[in-house]
Amino acid sequence: MNESSAPHLVVTASPHLRPGDSTPRIMWNVVGSLVPVIAAAAWFFGVSALLVVAAATLGAVLAERAFGRGGSLADGSAAITGLLLGLTLPAGLPLWMVFLGGAFGIGFGKAVWGGLGQNVFNPALVGRAFLQAAFPVAITTWPTVGGGFFTLKGDLFALPFMHPVTSAVTSATPLGLLKFEGKGTEIASLIFGGRGGSVGETAALVILAAGAYLALRDYLNWRLPVSIIATVALLSGVLHAIDPHKPDVPFMLFSGGLMLGAVYMATDMVTSPVTNLGRWVFGIGVGILVVVIRVWGGLPEGVMYAILFMNALVPFINRATQPRVFGTSLRTTT
Amino acid sequence: MAISVGFRHGVHPPEEKELTNQLPIRRMPFADELVFPLRQHAGKPALLCVKVGDHVERGDTLGEADGFMSVPIHASAAGTVVDFDWWPHPDGSMAMAVRLKVDRYAPQVARPRLVPRWEGLTPAEVVQAVQRGGVVGLGGAAFPTHVKLAPPKDSAVHTLIINGAECEPYLTSDHRTMVEYAPRVLFGIRVMMRSLGVLKCVVGIERNKPDAIEAMRAAVPADLAVEILPLTVKYPQGAEKMLIKAVTGVEVPSGKLPVTVGVVVQNVGSVAAIAEVFETGLPLIERIVTVSGHGLRRPANLIVPVGTKLRDLLAFCDGLTADAAEVIIGGPMMGQAQANLDAPVIKGTTGVVVLAKNETREQRSWPCIHCGRCLEACPVFLNPSMLGDLATVGRYEEMSANHLADCMLCGSCAYVCPSNIPLAQLFQASKTALRRQLATVQ
Repeated sequence: MNESSAPHLVVTASPHLRPGDSTPRIMWNVVGSLVPVIAAAAWFFGVSALLVVAAATLGAVLAERAFGRGGSLADGSAAITGLLLGLTLPAGLPLWMVFLGGAFGIGFGKAVWGGLGQNVFNPALVGRAFLQAAFPVAITTWPTVGGGFFTLKGDLFALPFMHPVTSAVTSATPLGLLKFEGKGTEIASLIFGGRGGSVGETAALVILAAGAYLALRDYLNWRLPVSIIATVALLSGVLHAIDPHKPDVPFMLFSGGLMLGAVYMATDMVTSPVTNLGRWVFGIGVGILVVVIRVWGGLPEGVMYAILFMNALVPFINRATQPRVFGTSLRTTT
Repeated sequence: MAISVGFRHGVHPPEEKELTNQLPIRRMPFADELVFPLRQHAGKPALLCVKVGDHVERGDTLGEADGFMSVPIHASAAGTVVDFDWWPHPDGSMAMAVRLKVDRYAPQVARPRLVPRWEGLTPAEVVQAVQRGGVVGLGGAAFPTHVKLAPPKDSAVHTLIINGAECEPYLTSDHRTMVEYAPRVLFGIRVMMRSLGVLKCVVGIERNKPDAIEAMRAAVPADLAVEILPLTVKYPQGAEKMLIKAVTGVEVPSGKLPVTVGVVVQNVGSVAAIAEVFETGLPLIERIVTVSGHGLRRPANLIVPVGTKLRDLLAFCDGLTADAAEVIIGGPMMGQAQANLDAPVIKGTTGVVVLAKNETREQRSWPCIHCGRCLEACPVFLNPSMLGDLATVGRYEEMSANHLADCMLCGSCAYVCPSNIPLAQLFQASKTALRRQLATVQ
C-alpha cells in the first residue's frame, strides 16, 4: 500500500453500507405499475384517455419544474401525481382543465407545503378537488366506453373558458345511476371494466394486480388498501342486510374509484400514517367515510373526500399511535 | 423451548462473512513502530508511567489505571519509548499516545511472572487481577470488564450471558475465537461464573455460525451449567438489550443497566482475554481482528498486537484493491471510517473492513417521505422518522422526551432509509448537543 491511497479514502458516518432502495426507485416503480392501468384506460376510452392522462402529467411536471427544489423532478413524485390525477378524470374533460388540475395539484397540493414529504393532502386529489369545485358540470360528464380508438370522447381541445361542445355520447356512472335513478349495474362490467366513469377506475382487477405487485415489493403498505376495502365491505354488507335497497357489497367495492383510491391514493406514503396501527386507523376511517358519503351523502362518490379528510387527521393519528419504546410500558409522548 | 431466540424489528444487511469465516486465525508479525493511546476504553484514560527513552519488555505497563473505572495499558512488544504526543485515534479524534520503537532482534518473550491461581482467589481479588490485566469488552465498546464482574451489592445477578452473536457484517473474530479457542472461552466463563456467584450461563450465537455452535457445545464441561443457544440471524442481535431479550425474554427497562434484570453480558473475546490472564498471566496486549472487505486483497483473521498501525495491518494483508474506498474500524454498521491510516488497532478494534466504492453510501439524500420503514427497523421501537425531523430543526429537548436516550446508534434506521437520510449521525450529533446543553446549564 502506498501513501497516495490515503487521500482518496471516503469518510462517512455509520452505517456505511449502501441501502438497497431509494426514494426515486420507489416512485418510479409506482409509475411503472401504473402502465397497465393506463393501458386498460386506453383500451376502454381510446386515445382520449391517453390525452387526459398526458395533459394532467404535463401540468404536474411543469409545475414541479417551476416550483420544486433543484432536481426534484428526477424523484418521480410529480409524475405520479399527474398520472394519478389523469386517471381520476372523465375521458371527455377539456385538456386545458386537466392541465390546470395537474398544475394546481402540484402547486397548491405540494409545492406550497415545502415540496416532497411536506404536504398534508394527497396532491393528485387536491388537483381533482380543485377541478370538481371549478368545473362541476364538465367533471361529471361521463362519456361511455367503446367507439373507435381515435374517436374523441368530448370536446378535449376546447379553448380555455369557452363553453365546451359536448357531442360525445355520455352516460351516468354506476354510482350516479344508483343514487339519482335507483338503477343497478351488472357486476361483471364493474369488475372487468367497460362501464362509465373516470378513465382509470373502470378496471378494478388491473388495479388490484398492480397493487399486489407494489405490496410485494414493499412499495406500498398492504394494511391501507386491506383495511379500506374490508371496512367498506363489512359496513355495506351490514347496511345491505338491514335494508336490501342499499347497494350490496360487490357493487360498493367495484364501483367508482374505490380500488384506485385504496391502492394508489390512500397509500401515498407522505400523506398516510407512519405507524402500522395508524395505518389501520386511517384505512378504517377512509372506509367508513366512503360508505357514509355514498349511502347518505349528496354526492354519488365519496372516495376523494374520504381520503382528503383522513389526510388531515394523519398528524393526529401519528401522534396517538406512537410505538411503545423498548423497556417501557408507555408510548412516546410528543 | 419456551423462550424466544430473537427480538422484534431489526434489519438484514448482507452478511459477507464467507470472506473470512473459514480462515484460521494467524499471527501478525510485529511492526517497526507501535502506538498506544492512553484512552482505549470507556471510563478514564490511563495515566502515563513511562518516559521517553525508557526500554520496556513485552507486557510491561505503559499507563496505570486511573481509579476503578479505568484499566492499565501495556506494551505489546519489547522496545523503546520514542515519543509521547498527540496521535490519530481510531474514533476520529486525536489522543495522547505512547509511541514505541520495536526492538528488531528482541525475543519478544514477556518477563517471567506469577500466574494467579484463580481457585484460591476471592471475587474481589479476581476483579483486581482482571483490572490489572487491562481487560476491556472486546466487542467494540471497550467497557472495563472488571467493573462488570463487580455488580452493585444490592443487585441479584442470576445469569451470565456470553455474546457470541457477532451480528455486524464481515466480522468473524468472535466466530473464529469460538471455533478455535472454545475450551479457553469456557475456562473464562468458569472464572466469571464463580466470581459473580451465578449458577447459570447462556452463550448466544447466531445460527449462521454452526461450526462455532458445535465447537462450543462440545467444549462445555459436565460440571458447568452452560447453555449454547442458537439465535435468529438479524442485526443488531449482538446489541446487549436485544441479546438479553432473545435469551431471557425480558426487556431491560429504559435507561437501566442489564443488572436490574439480574443479567451480566460479556463478549466472547473478553471472556477469552480473562482466561488468558489466569492461564498465562499476560495482560491484554493482542487481540483477534478480522481484516476483510471487498476493497482488500487478502482478507484474514489475525492475532494483532495492540498498537499496530492500520497502514501496517493493511499492508500485511497485501494492501487495498484499486476500487477500495473506505476503511472502517469495526463493522460497517456501527464502525468508524478512518481518515488517517496511522491510527492504531486498539483493544476495542473488532475488525478492519475495507469497502469497495460501490458498497459505500451515496452522498445524495432525499426528503423524508414518511414511508415508516425506519419504525419497522428500530429494535428499540423509536420513531426515527420523527426524531430525524426534530433533529434537523434542532429541537433536542423534544427528541429527549421521545426517548432519544434509548437510541443505541445501531444504524438500522439509516440502513433502510430510501431517502438516504443519515439518521444515526443526526442522533449522535443530537445526543452530543444535548450533553453540551446540559453541561452549560449545570
